[in-house]
Amino acid sequence: MADVNRGKRPLSPHLTIYRPQMTSISSILVRITGTGLLLGALLVVWWFLAAATSPEYFATVDGVITSFVGDIVMALSAWALWYHTLGGLRHLYWDTGRGMDVETAEKLGLMMIIASVVLTILTLLIV
Amino acid sequence: MSYLTDLKRAVGTGSARQGTMRHWSMTKSSVGLLILTPLFVFTFGPMLGEPHDTVTAYFARPFPAIIAALMIVTSFMHFKNGIQMVIEDYMHGTAREYTIIATTCLSYVAAAAGLFALARLAL
Repeated sequence: MADVNRGKRPLSPHLTIYRPQMTSISSILVRITGTGLLLGALLVVWWFLAAATSPEYFATVDGVITSFVGDIVMALSAWALWYHTLGGLRHLYWDTGRGMDVETAEKLGLMMIIASVVLTILTLLIV
Repeated sequence: MSYLTDLKRAVGTGSARQGTMRHWSMTKSSVGLLILTPLFVFTFGPMLGEPHDTVTAYFARPFPAIIAALMIVTSFMHFKNGIQMVIEDYMHGTAREYTIIATTCLSYVAAAAGLFALARLAL
């Protein structure tokens, strides 16, 4: 019966046996950027709280966020935000039933990486 | 050897039947964020590193303040639902439940704190 061999059934091969591919990497990066954006988002809220508190506290927090390390975190957050946004756009496109074949998915993945870098450079130039 | 029948063991462990609503909820917030993200980046971004009175005067204006408020609320609710999906995929047992509770609380606290700050700046 089902009691036999429970929990000892053979498993199909999983992530660890596959070579990294455009489809898998571009997909997992959406999750990683989405999770990592928490740091940037909390920094933004902290900045707003400081601005609402006092000029002195604002100077401190603004100094942290625009420091060398702060600039790196914010630049990476900008890239993560653009990449995650493009990833969401790709999902919305997929939800319409289009672009599901591997070739298109790979092309879209490459476009996401290039476009996110371009948008980040644009953001850093404008902001 | 357990006395449970195979049927008894299987009942209640299927899908929760809430997946469609969850997916639709993420779809709605992602479309919202698609519009809000560029608006927020290019209104909030230039204010980084500006003097305090410039920042307070800027976020006392309706457009930047409303965009910032919508961005904070929508993104933290999107984060709350998205991170729960990630946690459910990679964590198990009690740790999973504690982490979901923690990230949910954090999302609401951060959104509330952001709104409070904006209200104070705007009024």
